[in-house]
Amino acid sequence: MTTEKPQRGEIVLKAANIHKAFAGVQALAGVSLEIRSGEVHALMGENGAGKSTLMNVLAGLYQPDAGEIQLRGENVVIKNPHDAICKGIAMIHQELMPIPDMTVAENILLGWEPVTGRAGWINRRAMKQEAERLLGLLGMKLPVTRTMGELSVAEMQTVEIARAIGHNAGIVIMDEPTSAISDREVEALFAVIRMLTQRGVAIVYISHKMDEIFRIADTVTVLRDGIYVGTHPIGELNEQKLIALMVGRDLAAMMPKDHGKHGGTALDVRRLGKTGKFREVSFNVQCGEVLGVAGLMGAGRTEVMNALFGLDPADEGEILVNNQPTHIRRPADAMSLGIGMVTEDRKGYGIVPTMSVEHNTTLAALDCCCVGPFLVHARERAVADENIMAFGIKTTGRQQAVNQLSGGNQQKVVIAKTLLARPSIVILDEPTRGIDIGAKAEVYAIIARLASEGKAVILVSSELPEILSLSDRVLVMRQGTVAAELDPRHTTQEEILKHAMPI
Amino acid sequence: MPCPSETTKTAFLARILKQYGIVIALVLICIALSFFSPHFMTFGNLITVARQISLNGILAVGVTFVLLTGGVDLSLGSLVALTGVVAAGFAHPGDYPLFVPVIAGILAGLACGMVNGVVITQGKIAPFIVTLGMMTVARGLALVISGGKPVSNMSPAMTRLGGDLLGLPIPVLVLCGTAAVSWLFLKNVRLGRYIYAVGGNENAARAAGINVNAVKLFAYTICGAMAGLAGVILAARITTGQPNAGIAYELDAIAAVVIGGTSLSGGVGGVGGTLLGALLMGVINNGLDLLNVSSYYQQIVKGAIIVGAVLLDRKNAK
Repeated sequence: MTTEKPQRGEIVLKAANIHKAFAGVQALAGVSLEIRSGEVHALMGENGAGKSTLMNVLAGLYQPDAGEIQLRGENVVIKNPHDAICKGIAMIHQELMPIPDMTVAENILLGWEPVTGRAGWINRRAMKQEAERLLGLLGMKLPVTRTMGELSVAEMQTVEIARAIGHNAGIVIMDEPTSAISDREVEALFAVIRMLTQRGVAIVYISHKMDEIFRIADTVTVLRDGIYVGTHPIGELNEQKLIALMVGRDLAAMMPKDHGKHGGTALDVRRLGKTGKFREVSFNVQCGEVLGVAGLMGAGRTEVMNALFGLDPADEGEILVNNQPTHIRRPADAMSLGIGMVTEDRKGYGIVPTMSVEHNTTLAALDCCCVGPFLVHARERAVADENIMAFGIKTTGRQQAVNQLSGGNQQKVVIAKTLLARPSIVILDEPTRGIDIGAKAEVYAIIARLASEGKAVILVSSELPEILSLSDRVLVMRQGTVAAELDPRHTTQEEILKHAMPI
Repeated sequence: MPCPSETTKTAFLARILKQYGIVIALVLICIALSFFSPHFMTFGNLITVARQISLNGILAVGVTFVLLTGGVDLSLGSLVALTGVVAAGFAHPGDYPLFVPVIAGILAGLACGMVNGVVITQGKIAPFIVTLGMMTVARGLALVISGGKPVSNMSPAMTRLGGDLLGLPIPVLVLCGTAAVSWLFLKNVRLGRYIYAVGGNENAARAAGINVNAVKLFAYTICGAMAGLAGVILAARITTGQPNAGIAYELDAIAAVVIGGTSLSGGVGGVGGTLLGALLMGVINNGLDLLNVSSYYQQIVKGAIIVGAVLLDRKNAK
């Protein structure tokens, strides 16, 4: 083994001219990719560009309709995920798939437990040692006898990476690994990535976060609408160039801020508390105002919003809507008070995957398409078409199943659904998480429009530039309490972070 | 967007197969049977098939509501027995007008279904467990009420419910009526849409302001009431209230729903498929009868069809 890191390693994986269609929609049309050992290869593109499809082809989840895959110069067919792992390709999914009731060691060695004898008794001691050795390689000290359910997202991620290197994976695919972890955990992850690349492992890295790409990637391949746009060394690119490659247009002024005059207090929250989640949370939102809520993961932001919307009601405190005391026990209560919410968990609480775009759009305001208890299908179709137009939802038609849409378009459906109920107070919890830049710009425009229409908007986001440029006021939460209220015109990301960090 | 017509065509074929696969299977089997047995395609035999599937059909239509919410109801067979006994108890000659036993039977089923729904939603217990409990409780109630003996001496008005009206069996007419109303309900009524939403994603339904518990309660109640209707009709056909009737009926009903393409995890399917599923099971039973296949083998065939149908459905769904 050479001591220095090879600058351009040999090509370990080569995918050429990959095609893949789903139900008539071409997801990949002639995409090529070359991965070299020891490099971090970023795969960029808007949602729906085909990144996930390409990765799932490499990880054996999908079979390509056409095209070739070469591993170290040999043509291969990757039959299924197990086959991919045997061939040295490991994938760390965006949504981690641990078995929560099993221990760390059991998860790491799942499927290749060390056994003794013909009967296949599991050698628990060997298992524990091996798990500890693998975690040690990653510089991670974690009691391997704890169950996965007790771990943080970042810790689970490390466990999955340990699992991958345990399989001697030469190629590790990471799909948005930093979407749910804190900044400090990102640093730890990057350290792990550097360690892996020094050992000659190739990393395929998918992320929407520009700053990360410029920090960690060596090479960038860009896809757009299922088509291969190009591959560039990171040194040739800057942020503007990369965005232009991804969206095919310039997005200089993405974040408008043209809010109307503020009206009276729409929402007044007084000393709201819930055992173990948050306490003494007080704030208010005016009509026509965007209140940004910043904080680290686990600061209690989502929990407060879920309490306001009745998904998980608070134990104590008061919620006043238009200066009237309320009693919110379930989302239906909140909605009748004019509160609407786009939840953080799009798959869990946003879409009904078995339903069409049309039925998802109208679900929360079905009364507008009803006479008495009866649905008027013509009216419902018209409402759906209007919303598909108004929100620019990319779909083959209102009948398309919502889970066939890209993440950004699913999010637009959820936003359309929420707004169809005509809320006067709109809570948006991480509305731009995991969606592409084009869709983000559209969400920003929607937020600005809502405020200018006089609605009270609460924007919860982990992306500080978003908070700073869209909000009229910024609330910083820390460990279940409100740590600070800041004026976005006179504050910085550093100051927000300072307030957000646990003491 | 590049969109080769080839893939569009296969996608189209796949969709046709998925939507009409069971119809195609049904037609093919009918054609085959009419070759093997000249008796199959006669009006008399087709009416027999319809009569044979009517009870299972009514139960299957009812349990479709429950399966669509992602639940299950195992108590149907016992409810058939209980409601039959209750109805027969009110149906002695000269006691009450006909509507009393009919309504009593339906209400008994409705009440049991409502208990299922309340316990499932308020107690937050798995439907499998709750309805398994109701299966035993309702069977016990049927035995208690009847004293363990068939309730006979039924009025002619009541037994006529098992007969014909205008040349068509009344049970078949009842099945057509309940299926039509249920189909219209699920398609055109708001609550029908909510049933699909709850089955598709319960949390999202709640976040959309839907009262998930009320929707589930409704589904189990309707299912119970339909079981009551089936119980009344069975009692009328066999002219007694049999406390031991209906054993394992729930499994045939669920099988029909699943063959008809309704997903056990909820949110997908409907009454049309259920009706076809019941019809397919009935036609195959009848065909095997006509071909003198022993009933032992019929069971094996039925089981294979249930699994085969779902397997096909899965393949097409991909």
